[in-house]
Amino acid sequence: MILDGKCPTGPIETSWDRHRFDMKLVNPANKRKYKILMVGTGLGGGAGAATLGELGYNVECFCYQDSARRAHSIAAQGGINAAKAYPNDGDSIRRLFYDTIKGGDFRAREADVWRLAQVSNNIIDQCVAQGVPFARDYAGYLVNRSFGGAQVSRTFYARGQTGQQLLIGAYQSLSRQVKAGKVKIHNRREMLDLVVVDGHAKGITCRNLITGEIESHWGDAVVLATGGYVNVFYLSTNAMGSSVTANWKAAKKGAFFANPCYTQIHPTCIPVTGDHQSKLTLMSESLRNDGRVWVPKKAGDKRPANEIPEDERDYYLETKYPSFGNLVPRDVASRNAKLQADAGKGVGASGYAVNLDFADAIKRDGEKAIRERYGNLFQMYEKITDEDAYKTPMRIYPAPHYAMGGLWVDYELQSNIPGLFVLGEANFSVHGANRLGASALMQGLSDGYFVIPYTIGPYLASTTPGAVTTDHDAFKESKAEVEAQIEKLRSIKGNKTPFEFHRELGRIMWDNVGMARSEESLKKALTEIPKLREEFWQNLKCVGNDKEVNQQLENAGRVADFLEFAEVLAFDALNRKESCGGHFRVESQTEEGEALRDDENYAYVAAWEYKGEGKAPELHKEPLKFENIHLAQRSYK
Amino acid sequence: MNLTLYVWRQANAKAPGKMERYETKGISPDMSFLEMLDVTNEQLIKQGIEPIVFDHDCREGICGMCSQVINGVPHGPEELVTVCQLHMRRFNDGDTIFIEPWRSKAFPIEKDLMVDRGAFDRIMQAYGYTSITCGGAPDANDHPIPKWQLDRAMDAAECIGCGACVAACPNASGMLFTAAKVAHLNMLPQGKPEGARRVKAMIAAHDLEGFGNCTNHYECEAACPKGVKTAFISYLNKELIKALPKGAQD
Repeated sequence: MILDGKCPTGPIETSWDRHRFDMKLVNPANKRKYKILMVGTGLGGGAGAATLGELGYNVECFCYQDSARRAHSIAAQGGINAAKAYPNDGDSIRRLFYDTIKGGDFRAREADVWRLAQVSNNIIDQCVAQGVPFARDYAGYLVNRSFGGAQVSRTFYARGQTGQQLLIGAYQSLSRQVKAGKVKIHNRREMLDLVVVDGHAKGITCRNLITGEIESHWGDAVVLATGGYVNVFYLSTNAMGSSVTANWKAAKKGAFFANPCYTQIHPTCIPVTGDHQSKLTLMSESLRNDGRVWVPKKAGDKRPANEIPEDERDYYLETKYPSFGNLVPRDVASRNAKLQADAGKGVGASGYAVNLDFADAIKRDGEKAIRERYGNLFQMYEKITDEDAYKTPMRIYPAPHYAMGGLWVDYELQSNIPGLFVLGEANFSVHGANRLGASALMQGLSDGYFVIPYTIGPYLASTTPGAVTTDHDAFKESKAEVEAQIEKLRSIKGNKTPFEFHRELGRIMWDNVGMARSEESLKKALTEIPKLREEFWQNLKCVGNDKEVNQQLENAGRVADFLEFAEVLAFDALNRKESCGGHFRVESQTEEGEALRDDENYAYVAAWEYKGEGKAPELHKEPLKFENIHLAQRSYK
Repeated sequence: MNLTLYVWRQANAKAPGKMERYETKGISPDMSFLEMLDVTNEQLIKQGIEPIVFDHDCREGICGMCSQVINGVPHGPEELVTVCQLHMRRFNDGDTIFIEPWRSKAFPIEKDLMVDRGAFDRIMQAYGYTSITCGGAPDANDHPIPKWQLDRAMDAAECIGCGACVAACPNASGMLFTAAKVAHLNMLPQGKPEGARRVKAMIAAHDLEGFGNCTNHYECEAACPKGVKTAFISYLNKELIKALPKGAQD
């Protein structure tokens, strides 16, 4: 099937304005008749729920955390982009649009990206009005810094906690709507199914994580803002509760999953120290401004870094990429670190790390200067590793960080199931095959504050409010399905815990579908994943009662979904016989070993339809057209 | 490392709870405290014992979800960290460690180490926001905010709402949290117009939830993983006095 993204045609500069005018409106008196379910309370969900409540809709909001304020958006540190051009350095909406399309390696839709760039300025205004304390100069005006993938300073920030401050802003607005009676928050709930009636999304089934009760909730539309899925790799920078469950359940009910193989691996994370590790911590990419990356020249050299003489060190990024050196983009730095580790040159106990050495910078600029630039990061590193990076090199290694893929949506953020909308990281729409820094926060808030309030209108305007409620049989069937799955998980009584299965899946994914994929490794993954899934359903040990708090049961359900979803991810990676952004197929590289796109054959969005367990998913394509920006090869030599 | 743990086990808000003793083995000094609990839980599961329930999520020290009193100290012995950022190298092989939930009337225990911090949400719902309508905001640079003023507001805004301040306070007071939220907004021009209404509403909500009052023990400041200062409680009191009508200060 050829999918239609319903992008506006005509001049891109006016595309969103024209589309906004053309969309049907719901009159204020009628808005209060509709109920919208919002799943997730991060930047997309929190901002969306607050804004829809403010417009007069009745909103019910769901999150698995104890409070809406703890969604994983809170952990984003760097900043948020906007085309304000306050620094007068040549920025514009068009430039932000251009940088994002190019950064995404020409695999995003032009119209969606234009809209994102256009509303980025409203986001900053909105957040400042809410009291978000963005950094300012002595005169009181907002300041900006620069980030990867751009030659202008357009990133707004609040110390190292931009995500937290933006989320608190959205949560405060949400709190205001709760007080006004327009939003109801159901915390400690996990969505376990989407309820579809006559082809339309009409509600969700979720588990109350405190009482264990399976609840049905109806709505005139359902909005998913449930974040990303890179925990499919087990170790990642995502929160422990981040899962694919909500998205995957929607996919099993017919929603197409788009570009699942686009996952971003961040190069500067604190490496794994052992099997016990649950999570990886990101260090700021800015460290590579001064740190030099190296490994020993000889494989298996386990001497401490300080004992390896200069001529036995390989500064591989500087040798291979003389003009960009240590500052190559995330995907390039990540792939090269893996190549070194695979060649047996990795450092540290596990061998899965490379050195990030500040010795030369300290010799050149003095320890004081380095301390001023990166002191807090050195401190954080010391807390986790107990090592003093002023004296010995830091050890870093790439880790899964962000999912550019997600549920397929059209220009109005509606999935192929009418009435099911998807926001933020949970959808696939604007980052293409690679996300630029400071763009994730921008997308979440853009979708939540400035897109969904408009684009949900046309759907609701043609829907009778309250036509389907939880009395409908579809809710009972969904509840029964969910209960049966829980019973199945609990009844296996095998020997392996959910954590153990998750770790094994992560290993398969990292080794075969990680930073570099080949036809061979992907086919291997596609045989190993079903085997592990089969073992899971035979040998899972999930203790405890289902009628109370049971974190093992929660984990088991999430792992079960990852085990199904992982296969679709690998299918997508196998199908895309080109390299682009976060997806590197070793068969498709330039003579210098860089990612090589194939625009002739793969300039499309791959949207996968679930066809049942053990069956290959069906591929649907949405062709991508580039009318405003010329397709070009990226180079960092 | 091998450790002896005494952990608070309580089935739900109404059930009686008690400390249970567990021996945990093979703990690496590189593990975070939560990873130590993960490993312990895996050992318990293999023994057919129900694992310990505890709240956690980002494991980067920012979500504020983890809530454990370790050897009598909220978030454990290290300053300025949450439990996920506390590492086992701060302990010794053979140590005995006591782990309990936050204890406060306003934070009922849900299970084991997990508590209900909904009271903080309700304080926020009372007036922890500015009443700005989405889409109608003026340009962000229309109202300059001096750097010193912005920095002070940001110091308050660093609060992650974890509740360690309540757990540390002999009165189980939530005043540091409330003060941080009031100060963050009242110190900025955007929050000023509603400042008087905000401080009164948020303090009223705080008291209604059953938190105690502040009697200057400073334990909250010592326990706060983000270094939020009690100076904001002084600010809160000043704002409250300003907000009360004349003659009603008592």
